[in-house]
Amino acid sequence: MADIDIKDIIKEENIVYKKSSILLDKVMHYCPGCSHGVTHKLIAEVIEEMGIQDQTIGVSPVGCSVFAYNYLNVDFQEAAHGRAPAVATAIKRLLPDKYVFTYQGDGDLASIGAAEILHACNRGEHIVCIFVNNAIYGMTGGQMAPTTLVGMKTATTPYGRDVDRNGYPMKITELIAQLPGTCYVTRQSVETAAAVRKTKKAIRKAFENQRDKKGTSFIEVVSTCNSGWKVDPVKANKWMEDHMFKFYPLGDLKDSTRDNPADYEQYIKD
Amino acid sequence: MGELRLMKGNEVIAEAAIRAGVDGYFGYPITPQSEVMETLMIRKPWEETGMVVLQAESEVASINMVYGGAACGKKVMTSSSSPGYSLMQEGLSYIAGAELPCVVVNVVRGGPGLGTIQPSQADYFQVTKGGGHGDYHVIALAPNSVQEMNDFVTLAFDLAFKYRTPVVILSDGAIGQMMEKVYLSDFVPRRTEEEIRKECGDWCTLGSKQHNYITSLELDSAIMEQRNLHLQKKYEDMQKEARYEEYMTEDAEYLFVAFGSASRICKKSIELAREKGIKVGLFRPITLYPFPSKQLYQLGTKMKGILSVEMNAGQMIEDVKLAVECKVPVEWAGRNGGIIPSPDEIVVALESKLIGGK
Amino acid sequence: MAKIKGAVVIDKELCKGCGLCIVACPANVLGHSGEVNGKGYDYVKMVNPDACVGCASCGTVCPDSVITVYKVKI
Ligand SMILES: Cc1ncc(C[n+]2csc(CCOP(=O)(O)OP(=O)(O)O)c2C)c(N)n1
Ligand code: SF4
Ligand code: SF4
Ligand SMILES: [Mg+2]
Repeated sequence: MADIDIKDIIKEENIVYKKSSILLDKVMHYCPGCSHGVTHKLIAEVIEEMGIQDQTIGVSPVGCSVFAYNYLNVDFQEAAHGRAPAVATAIKRLLPDKYVFTYQGDGDLASIGAAEILHACNRGEHIVCIFVNNAIYGMTGGQMAPTTLVGMKTATTPYGRDVDRNGYPMKITELIAQLPGTCYVTRQSVETAAAVRKTKKAIRKAFENQRDKKGTSFIEVVSTCNSGWKVDPVKANKWMEDHMFKFYPLGDLKDSTRDNPADYEQYIKD
Repeated sequence: MGELRLMKGNEVIAEAAIRAGVDGYFGYPITPQSEVMETLMIRKPWEETGMVVLQAESEVASINMVYGGAACGKKVMTSSSSPGYSLMQEGLSYIAGAELPCVVVNVVRGGPGLGTIQPSQADYFQVTKGGGHGDYHVIALAPNSVQEMNDFVTLAFDLAFKYRTPVVILSDGAIGQMMEKVYLSDFVPRRTEEEIRKECGDWCTLGSKQHNYITSLELDSAIMEQRNLHLQKKYEDMQKEARYEEYMTEDAEYLFVAFGSASRICKKSIELAREKGIKVGLFRPITLYPFPSKQLYQLGTKMKGILSVEMNAGQMIEDVKLAVECKVPVEWAGRNGGIIPSPDEIVVALESKLIGGK
Repeated sequence: MAKIKGAVVIDKELCKGCGLCIVACPANVLGHSGEVNGKGYDYVKMVNPDACVGCASCGTVCPDSVITVYKVKI
């Protein structure tokens, strides 16, 4: 009982949602349903909406998102494993009026690159850090990451992560929220339309913080790696909601500006 | 010529960097080169030229900061000493792979391990034979005076941008710490963003609509092989940059081959040997990569014997033997572990290993 | 009374058939097509087009940005 023919709906002027112009016409290499694709798209939409394509430099990690530069149409640098925050630090220091963001997975950021991210955040670099936490090393075939939940099976924890053998899952976002250089630290997700919209708002805020020189903005996106988790994409989302969100609760951990240097000067005043 | 000053080698590196219009220095303290960053921090070039000076959290971070800055087409550098230079190998491999220009100063100390803080040349292999993974080279310049510490900063950046490659100034603790007269270079302004775009706009990431990206990754091995062949071609082209110095070689029957601090000792040894009637001269490679092999072949094959004098257990001797195609006897002399050989012991080595031993 | 009608266009050659849009759709508009595209994926299509309200939930969650959403008020 259509009162209007579908052909009359599908017209340029009726578009309410389409692919961002900042996304290049390349098929992403990600597995079907991978959270990386959604997260890329949100960055693209924010860059497009802010009109900052020619003022933005991205830094991609080593991990499944190593090829982020193939999809996002902004100048890009591909960093060594874990080193994106150091690379971004130099870019931002040398080009203080440009927008600089890093994009890293949990192995890249919380394991091999733990020192670089903590120090960049502690220095309060005016950059945006996007952290895709899928609790696993996706690219290398699903090995344990620092963020892997206890009991979770991976290629290197085939019987489940065990604290005595493997240590505890790391809430690095909570650590980062403690650092005085960060202005905005939040944990988001992209499994529902509502969650995606919230994450986009967070990314937008982070880029605006950079423009306003408020400090380091850090956005964790709790994500799925359905291939590594060995479930289908829909079940992966469900598993994430049921298990990951309990250990990695969503929401803002910090929303202000980086600490005032003056507050730190009193200690050697006599 | 520029302003005449009495300065330490390490301080001169800092001063020369400011005067060369360098955009950024990223470093981490380590003896015997900490004065480089200390001098920069005292000089506050950010107030004068806008140069960024940043103390990084490690050499791993500082070399990756150099990667980030170099990829923006900026003139960026770092400095360190042996253990720190080891940590930079990952970054250097990426920088070489992505073909970015940068300058790294290695003020070598004795190793292996934490070793000693005394001067050494034991990083010869690490600097000239790669260091990091993959088929790549870095241009290596070996100053033997405070003056050359000044001069080679500009030269290093010129070569780095000409070939889009890392250039290493391979110094040692003696030259870093010694005070000498130096004519400082004149000030060159830092390039504006427009100038950088003009020079490097087709590859650098300053923010653009043309989607410049910097990577060393290529999963298609056929393309990766082409990239490697391109690098090898570049290394071949670089051979013409080989630089060297000859000293008292006109009538020489024997030859010292030495670089950096060791070459200074050799000049004194030549004086002592000639007093004894031994006709010996010096060939000093200034570029350790590209090694001046052709020039050494021409000179060296006319000799009765060659002594490779090094502050290590014998590393450059391999390149010396290759250069002269083993057509004349080549021996090693030197000290290691941070000890500088005395001019006497080099003469003794020359006599016992090449003259008497014949 | 104004009524809202929507429609989606899914680039069937680029769709990887992950099915996240199917779950995201509040109106049960989408389903697997039961056919494979050039890449071997069982792509998604509108199986109940009349129900679409153009809310863009499907497009929003699509990792590969292959869905364009249209909406009209009638
Ligand atoms: C120095 C170094 N060590 C190890 C690797 C191999 N490696 C590539 S990606 C990766 C882990 C990536 O995991 P993560 O950061 O979580 O990204 P994901 O693929 O899950 O998005 C590892 C260990 C490497 N490339 N370089
Ligand atoms: S392996 Fe995991 S993280 Fe990598 S593309 Fe596939 S689903 Fe995404
Ligand atoms: S626009 Fe909304 S109603 Fe229409 S198919 Fe997409 S999710 Fe379903
Ligand atoms: Mg991961």
